[in-house]
Amino acid sequence: MRYLPLTTDDRSAMLATIGATSIDDLFADVPVNARLDGPIADLPLHASELAVERHMAALARRNRAAGDGPFFLGAGAYRHHVPASVDHLIQRGEFLTAYTPYQPEIAQGTLQMLFEFQSQVARLLGTDVANASMYDGSTACWEAIVMARRITKRGKALLSTGLHPHYRSVARTMAKYTGDVLVDGDPSLEAGTDWAALADSIDKDTSCVVVQYPDILGRIDDMTALASACQAAGALLIAVVTEPVALGLIKAPGEMGADIVVGEGQSIGVGLQFGGPYVGLFACKTKYVRQMPGRLCGETVDANGKRGFVLTLSTREQHIRREKATSNICTNSGLCALAFSIHMTLLGEAGLRQLAAINHGRAKMAATELAKIPGVSVLNNSYFNEFTLLLPTEARPVIHKLAERDILGGVSLGRLYPANANLANGLVVAVTETVTEADISAFAAALREVLA
Amino acid sequence: MTALNPGGWRPEMTAAGGADDTTTFTGNRALMLEEALIFEIGSTATTGVDFDEAAPAADLGALARTAPIGLPGLSEAETVRHYTRLSRQNYAIDLGLFPLGSCTMKHNPRLNEKVARMPGFADAHPLQPQETVQGAYAVIHELAEWLITLTGMDSVAMSPKAGAHGELCGILCIKAALEARGEDRRVILVPESAHGTNPATAAFAGFTVEDIPATEAGRVNLEALKARLGPDVAGVMITNPNTCGLFERDMKAISDAVHAAGGYVYCDGANFNAIVGRVRPGDLGVDAMHINLHKTFSTPHGGGGPGSGPVVLSEALAPFAPLPFVTKHAEGFRLIEEESAGEDHPQTFGRMTAFHGQMGMFTRALTYILSHGADGLKQVAEDAVLNANYVLRSLEDVLDAPFAASGPCMHEALFSDKGLAEGFSTLDIAKGLIDEGYHPMTVYFPLVVHGAMLVEPTETESKAALDQFIGALRSVAMRAKNGDPALKTAPHFAPRARLDETAAARKPILAWNEPAAAPGTPSLSEIGGS
Repeated sequence: MRYLPLTTDDRSAMLATIGATSIDDLFADVPVNARLDGPIADLPLHASELAVERHMAALARRNRAAGDGPFFLGAGAYRHHVPASVDHLIQRGEFLTAYTPYQPEIAQGTLQMLFEFQSQVARLLGTDVANASMYDGSTACWEAIVMARRITKRGKALLSTGLHPHYRSVARTMAKYTGDVLVDGDPSLEAGTDWAALADSIDKDTSCVVVQYPDILGRIDDMTALASACQAAGALLIAVVTEPVALGLIKAPGEMGADIVVGEGQSIGVGLQFGGPYVGLFACKTKYVRQMPGRLCGETVDANGKRGFVLTLSTREQHIRREKATSNICTNSGLCALAFSIHMTLLGEAGLRQLAAINHGRAKMAATELAKIPGVSVLNNSYFNEFTLLLPTEARPVIHKLAERDILGGVSLGRLYPANANLANGLVVAVTETVTEADISAFAAALREVLA
Repeated sequence: MTALNPGGWRPEMTAAGGADDTTTFTGNRALMLEEALIFEIGSTATTGVDFDEAAPAADLGALARTAPIGLPGLSEAETVRHYTRLSRQNYAIDLGLFPLGSCTMKHNPRLNEKVARMPGFADAHPLQPQETVQGAYAVIHELAEWLITLTGMDSVAMSPKAGAHGELCGILCIKAALEARGEDRRVILVPESAHGTNPATAAFAGFTVEDIPATEAGRVNLEALKARLGPDVAGVMITNPNTCGLFERDMKAISDAVHAAGGYVYCDGANFNAIVGRVRPGDLGVDAMHINLHKTFSTPHGGGGPGSGPVVLSEALAPFAPLPFVTKHAEGFRLIEEESAGEDHPQTFGRMTAFHGQMGMFTRALTYILSHGADGLKQVAEDAVLNANYVLRSLEDVLDAPFAASGPCMHEALFSDKGLAEGFSTLDIAKGLIDEGYHPMTVYFPLVVHGAMLVEPTETESKAALDQFIGALRSVAMRAKNGDPALKTAPHFAPRARLDETAAARKPILAWNEPAAAPGTPSLSEIGGS
């Protein structure tokens, strides 16, 4: 077995040192009837690298990779070009095979990277501070709701109907068991957001209002008035960003007054990965930092006065506070945070702004082309790189017919909201810099054909 | 001005280069290279990415982002150098033995990395039409089958994102099962030796946490546990093998007692590496157990994640498993999401995360499992346990091993600080090991042992590597017993000396801010010219 260095002679010598006659002696505490005599029956035995690679490659080939043809899916996971150096650098063994930096003297690489990541995220989201990452956007969103409850000592959260349905689902699951009250619903097919109505619904029990920006239908809106309404009522505004590239072009939620900004960082550096691992972004105003979940990296000095970095404020965390911790999170998404940070460093502000502008331009081009198809219209009056098409028929079967033509043509609202017939004709289409003009033409032609 | 740090000042730079034999102008020491922050070396006008087209004009009105963001960019050349330099300030498994107890820092095979990057896996969208991602569903299903078989359980929930998320999954299954029975049990019992995530998880899900007493031999006190069971107890969370490195001999009796009292048994599977292929938790009466794919099945820790925490479930808890999951049918694999759950899985407690879980970890873990096979995995557990016992018996004459008399340990060896010289502690031993070129073991955990040192060598260490580590730890332990003052200020040879964690917490600096133009701050050229 190529990964196991001990030889038979080593094992014998070590057993002798231990004073055991066989390996079974070392498992003496396992009750006799729970011991397995040999390898578990009916399972394959060890295999060569060649054989395993062959097996896995065959499975991989049974998937249609996004890059194999025209591709327009978003809805919380976006396909962007990731520079080759990102993947090279995150595979440096000193990053890839390191542990959580609990011994800071020999983990300054990870710690400085996290400090840089936190600084980048805070600036991008327009807030004061950010943590060292969460699992993903959906879990970060629930943690933000719980944090708002801790801060306001109120238990009712108002969720915008434009919040990603999976994020809403996660919150509903958790709220069922924690006693938090959620006010939520499905979106309606309107050009504008429900934020004005949300502002009117805030009352003295409201802990927070949760809005997504851009939202699940791709709409963008100004949250300044909503932030003021929250502030006036003693509630917090939580903004959720599932496509952070957008913030190269549109105002950051923090700039508009959001108290907590969470997000999915996948679209910068991480890739699609069939849904995970991703990287949750979590940022807030400085005054709330001691209520944050997750790890935080901070600057300090060493015994010789040199600048260095450590994990800090850990009295919020489970390994110190146990049942009184702000969250149970331990392992987060360190390596994905590194990928995010490297890609963001390569982009820089200038690159991010250009990337965002190209995305928006490409989306406008696609929206214009697709809206020319008879019976098809664009719902949004504002969007970044994703918009909702209204089809003259149910979108789900259309998606499958497009797939038969090798076009992955977006995410149907029927898949996201299966119980809501009113949304069945909606199709969410994302258009990033990876989409070519030829892809847009092919999509438009195929959709025209399918709808004819 | 687009440079965020226009003066070019770097924190380690000194005008006194060469003043003595340890000082240099750059702060570097040959291959030990200092590296400034991206904010100190980059500029907002620089980018390391070329685009094929100019930025088209946008028409976003008042929503347009106009104010500067302050994000530094670097060319690709500078970026590669920056992160390569940072990487060299990290210890890693690739560099040497990493004996963190309960963390299972084993070798990360590179085939796993290669497979995870195959475009069919890495470049697939989670919401693609099901007929276009049958291979991805096949990976999830195949891995699920392995995990079920290896643990002897009924089913597995694949979506939890890490160990603690898996704990939450298991605890919510228990909560849902109790609700289905119409019972309102509020207490979860957790031993003091448990990982901090256990009580944090139970509390996060709304339970009250109470301690389970331990015996002097380091195991759960069965009689005391039985005495506490009752109609208010929802279940227990027990780590097996436990964090003292011991197998809970009474696990089956514990399960039987908990079940008889109407509760459920959650097993923390962080230490599954000790028993994989040799013992099935299902045979011990466990109802739910998370498996850290980033421990037992070698997906890389990545400096703190990502992990993956599938949860195997007993028949009693399986109906409550979260969405989504993959099922196999004659025509292919199907993803069960919210819409189909109504018919197929009406009692599910719901969704824990967007999409379907840590696919990138599934491909790596399955690759690892197929490489080992049933025989190789059994050998993994045996070698892991052998290596730990070898460390225990080779050091028990110099370090106090509180449970050594209890019999063999499993995959980790536990020592205490008893017998160290006055004023010397576990921390000093840990920092001394750094100078010897090792990452320290887990320290001050479990809490039940004073000054605990928990050593988990894992199966991927050779005898020669263990012998050198044992020699190093023996040497450092002797220095701590003899009161060597130099040990109090270790490490001496690391990129940094001991860091001031108190100052970091008292006045937190959590993000970089533009330096105030401090008078007298020398610029790069001024330092060079002085």
